[in-house]
Amino acid sequence: MLGVLSAVGVAALLLFGLILSPPDVAQADSVRLFYIHVPSAIVGLYLAFGVTCLGSIIHLRNGSVFWDLLAGAAAEIGVVFAGFTLVTGMLWGRPTWGVYWQWDPRLTSTSLSFLLFLGYLAVRRLDLDPAVRSKRAAILGIIGFLNLIIVRQSVQWWRSLHQGSTLNPVDAQIDGLMLFSFFLGLIALTSVFFWLLLHRFRVAWMEHQIEAASVTTALAARRSEAADYDGLAGNT
Amino acid sequence: MLRDAWLIASKDLRVEWSSKVLTGQVLPFGVLVLILFGFGISPDRRVVEAPERAVLEQVAPGLFWMAVLLSALLALGRSFAIESVDGNLDALKLTGLDPAGIFLGKGLAVWLELVALEVVLGAGAFLLYGAPLGHPGLLAVTVAATTTSVAAAGTLYAALASGLRVRDTLVPLLVLPVLAPVLLGATLATEAALFGPAGDGWPWAGFLGAFALLYLGAGILSFGPLLEET
Amino acid sequence: MHWEYVIPGYLAVFGSLAIYTVLLLRKARRLAAQVPPEKRRFLHD
Repeated sequence: MLGVLSAVGVAALLLFGLILSPPDVAQADSVRLFYIHVPSAIVGLYLAFGVTCLGSIIHLRNGSVFWDLLAGAAAEIGVVFAGFTLVTGMLWGRPTWGVYWQWDPRLTSTSLSFLLFLGYLAVRRLDLDPAVRSKRAAILGIIGFLNLIIVRQSVQWWRSLHQGSTLNPVDAQIDGLMLFSFFLGLIALTSVFFWLLLHRFRVAWMEHQIEAASVTTALAARRSEAADYDGLAGNT
Repeated sequence: MLRDAWLIASKDLRVEWSSKVLTGQVLPFGVLVLILFGFGISPDRRVVEAPERAVLEQVAPGLFWMAVLLSALLALGRSFAIESVDGNLDALKLTGLDPAGIFLGKGLAVWLELVALEVVLGAGAFLLYGAPLGHPGLLAVTVAATTTSVAAAGTLYAALASGLRVRDTLVPLLVLPVLAPVLLGATLATEAALFGPAGDGWPWAGFLGAFALLYLGAGILSFGPLLEET
Repeated sequence: MHWEYVIPGYLAVFGSLAIYTVLLLRKARRLAAQVPPEKRRFLHD
């Protein structure tokens, strides 16, 4: 169901974003990048990493495997969406500012958050006892989200001292169809996020089950070996 | 808690003192970084708006803090490398010391090491880059708050990566994005302390203080669960 | 105007989204075969 909604949403976003919505007066067609850029920033940085933070808190409180795996799944998709934000932001910056990278506060802090959660994913891949790894990842997930807010605030202050804040696309007077395309992007990408989250979680859950099952079979094998050995020792 | 912290800190400092890794390797590394920055930014290049000033002098605060940060990564690696041999971390847990005390102690040792490092690198930066000192009070507060932030956040993340084979590569990846706002605040506050006006620097010094307190709190709270099962 | 930035942007985003999805679903299919039958919770398809 979510899959169908995501597919329809993406198709509609492509249709409205690329064809049906008019070009902006000031930004011409580059405004079309915003229908992906802004929603993927909202979904990736706040929704996805927010889920990671929430899952980490719950995991630390009660050791829930479900929430730990969900936190990890959300972080991975969040990193993908943060990557989308960076790519579309830079492609929008080139025609608008003349350069790909303008040290815009949002783009700069997004790149730092992206790296921050790459570190989180690196911790999740560590070759460690799963319980220890989950605990460390959970601590990192909570602090990482708090830090994301600090990074965004500090970079905002930094740039606002040097230059007027960069033009805000949402504040400008917006054509109805453009606003519609923007919200369409938000709905489509949110739906894609939850659909991917479901599947990514499912993969993590299966990996967890296989790992647990292999430990059980290995234990059983060792036990039977030990029993054989005891049997042999008893016979001689 | 504070007594435990002091025990750990004095132990770490004694280890550092006898091994001479910090004075013999980390400190020269920091000085080397300062000199290499001079290569990267030609000393002859002038500021466009103020041709009487060298670019190197202008950007001295940022370069100084970059050198400190890079050296701090080595010091942080050391802080937990000395625990990872011979199962020292397990021994540390078995001592029954308060985890918060262990965190504060390790952080305090790193803090003192960093201050010593900053004194030498600061002197080096003044000699090499030739920056004036306008407001010593603001500079002192900035240094104290920044060092606390680096020590607290760094100790927490170094502990997260402790006992791993990939520790040396993981710690920089985890710590540097976290300390990016600290580098930003420290650089801007130091710029204000050197070139004035001081009023521009105090909000950033306050921000650094808040960051330091936040990470001290985070470390005190999370070191218990962190040490529990590792 | 600016289509030379818009098209690569959409291609990059939806292209990588498609690749990520395909890889994810293929991994899911492969893993699903390995899970012991009695543990097949959360696996309805």
